[in-house]
Amino acid sequence: MPVISVEHLRKQYGERVAVADVSFAVEAGEIFGLLGPNGAGKTTAVECVAGLRVPDGGTVRVLGLDPHRDGAELHQRVGVQLQASELPERMRVGEALDLHCAFYRDPADPDRLLDLLGLTEQRGVAFKKLSGGQRQRLSIALALVGNPEVALLDELTTGLDPGARREAWALIRAIRDSGVTVLLVTHFMDEAQRLCDRVAVVDRGRVVALDSPAELTASLGVPTLEDAFLALTRPDLAELLDR
Amino acid sequence: MNMTISAPTKALARMEARLFLREPAALFWTLGFPLIILVAVGAVPSSREASRSLGGARFIDVYVPVLAAFIIAMLALNALPPVLAGYRERGILRRLATTPVSPTRVLGAQLAVQAAAAVVALVLVLAVARIAFDVPLPSEPVGYVIALVFTAAALFGIGLTIAALAPTARVANAAGAVLFFPLMFFAGLWLPRAEMPAGLRHVSDGTPLGAAVGALQDAASGSWPGALHLAVLAAYGLAFGVLAIRLFRWE
Ligand SMILES: Nc1ncnc2c1ncn2[C@@H]1O[C@H](COP(=O)(O)OP(=O)(O)OP(=O)(O)O)[C@@H](O)[C@H]1O
Ligand SMILES: [Mg+2]
Repeated sequence: MPVISVEHLRKQYGERVAVADVSFAVEAGEIFGLLGPNGAGKTTAVECVAGLRVPDGGTVRVLGLDPHRDGAELHQRVGVQLQASELPERMRVGEALDLHCAFYRDPADPDRLLDLLGLTEQRGVAFKKLSGGQRQRLSIALALVGNPEVALLDELTTGLDPGARREAWALIRAIRDSGVTVLLVTHFMDEAQRLCDRVAVVDRGRVVALDSPAELTASLGVPTLEDAFLALTRPDLAELLDR
Repeated sequence: MNMTISAPTKALARMEARLFLREPAALFWTLGFPLIILVAVGAVPSSREASRSLGGARFIDVYVPVLAAFIIAMLALNALPPVLAGYRERGILRRLATTPVSPTRVLGAQLAVQAAAAVVALVLVLAVARIAFDVPLPSEPVGYVIALVFTAAALFGIGLTIAALAPTARVANAAGAVLFFPLMFFAGLWLPRAEMPAGLRHVSDGTPLGAAVGALQDAASGSWPGALHLAVLAAYGLAFGVLAIRLFRWE
């Protein structure tokens, strides 16, 4: 049984259809990437998986749970990093971790997480004084603080410097090796190519391709995942592509 | 009945308390400023003499309940709404919704912290008034506490409604400030209720802070708070409480 299964998910905001028809399944221990242009509906889909939004159609199951109905249990076992969410300005890094530890049955060791994310020196720093990348790392730490079985990471490495990005990849591989299933959204094709076992490309609310990065590039006859992505989502740019 | 507070709720309340203590402006306006007004008013000798226009009472005696209402209004209208609207605006409530702890708990934690701040500020004002200016402690203490609770219900209902409607912390801040001064006028911040013309006092009776000060002054001087004033406060509390619950959005 897949850990995450999304079948014919549909979600609209008023008249605007954000997710028209999205289906995919993520197997245990997999790192699965959701790719797609801005506004494709990735965040909306992740939010439905996380139980933050109620789908208008289709079914979503995570660890066999209905995210909307079984939210309390789901949130114990699923860690979520949202694309845009902050902390109170005067809350300090260490305090945020300790606070979130108190929310979970079986929390991780906050000092170890700070160390893994290179935030040990920022322990006493208020949120408003953190750099963008430091905020992002804190957000990843908070997604992992509950020792989740599933991690949902929306734009995992946006805003990170190259070194921090590599560290984040190593961290994601490490948590996968410890048995965590990862669903991540990214705009970095090199990241998806190196990190993800499989990716789904979403365009205008629909899945237009779903495969391993290697299969995807091979089937389209292009050298990189970025070329495959552009061929799938921006055919108008054909003459700009390196073929 | 299980009355224990869960560990996550305690952790949240402790955190909210720390954050509150780190806001110098909130501390000044709720703890410092009422004391400054008290001392400034008490320093004027005539405020400590029996006044005919106040029915033989001293100005300082009838002014302490105005300050009590001031404290609660400051917290409910000026401190609480921008915090909650900001939490929503900045995605803090949404992040909380991804954890096992419901965002309603942060609301509860905020209200608990605000209530605690109100108690500390009230005790300070009553103590300084008693020690420095011989203002007797409320002679009907149970009635006084009841009046305070009804006042808090009415004002926090209004404050939560502002937090529910305001899209940003900035708007919440402005809305609270715009409401605060007219409401405090009817409470008698500038002109004691006893000296208001009858028509104006009737209007004051129907406003949340006018009713609050009426009820508190009654209890302070030894009678039970009037049913009309308590009913007015309860009506505001109920109406705005329901409105806030219906309008509040997590994002
Ligand atoms: N809260 C909302 N209310 C109304 N419309 C929304 C809301 N959130 C998203 N949308 C719309 O739904 C569509 C999909 O948005 P979504 O955030 O899911 O895209 P995305 O794939 O995550 O994009 P990005 O790569 O820019 O993060 C967009 O057209 C967006 O304008
Ligand atoms: Mg997005």
